[in-house]
Amino acid sequence: MKRLEDEFAIDTATEQYVTRRQFSKFLVLTSLGMFAGNLWILFKSWFRHPTAYTERIVAGMNEIGVGEVKLFSYPEPTDSCILIRTAADQVVAYSQKCTHLSCAVYYAKKAARLECPCHEGYFSVTDGSVPQGPPPRPLPRILLRREGNQIIATGVQL
Amino acid sequence: MSRKGGSTAIEGAMGLIAILLIVQMWLLTATLAAFLAGHDETILPAALISGIIFAACAGLFIFIRRIDATVRATR
Repeated sequence: MKRLEDEFAIDTATEQYVTRRQFSKFLVLTSLGMFAGNLWILFKSWFRHPTAYTERIVAGMNEIGVGEVKLFSYPEPTDSCILIRTAADQVVAYSQKCTHLSCAVYYAKKAARLECPCHEGYFSVTDGSVPQGPPPRPLPRILLRREGNQIIATGVQL
Repeated sequence: MSRKGGSTAIEGAMGLIAILLIVQMWLLTATLAAFLAGHDETILPAALISGIIFAACAGLFIFIRRIDATVRATR
């Protein structure tokens, strides 16, 4: 009769032991996984269709004073955006989602910048760029057009 | 090849694989950031470099296996 130890020659103390060959194989498979990730991004970029945005009235000039903001959604109801009137005849709008971890940014009027309260990431109100903080890229800008008193969103610039 | 020499070669190769993996991990995160920012022009070169790094890792793995087999055969 065969003993259990003969059937399973590895004892409990050494069953977690990983040989250098096994570890190397694991590292190479990890490398393969990351290569596959890069290829996946490549295919996604090849088949990315430019989004067709619909124009939509988001506010009237008389609704917001200079230095004030209005929140709206564009292009989808779940995409919250912030419209800022920076001067009497100038308005800018950005996505409200911080590019770091998607916290909602707010307009700091005194500092004239958009601030993320989660990790103190700051965005320029002029172009949405990141002068300071962890966000890796600028805020997506909402393209606007004015027609008389109306402010119309026409697209999103990443 | 002696056992000690073989061991040194294998550890060196494993260290090199680890360094290549760190570079590849950084490359993947940078590519993803570029993709999300809409900068598609860097994605193809990044994928090619990632493929080269993977080939280098696979080559080093084959090297490790060969050295291991040689050392075991001469023991």
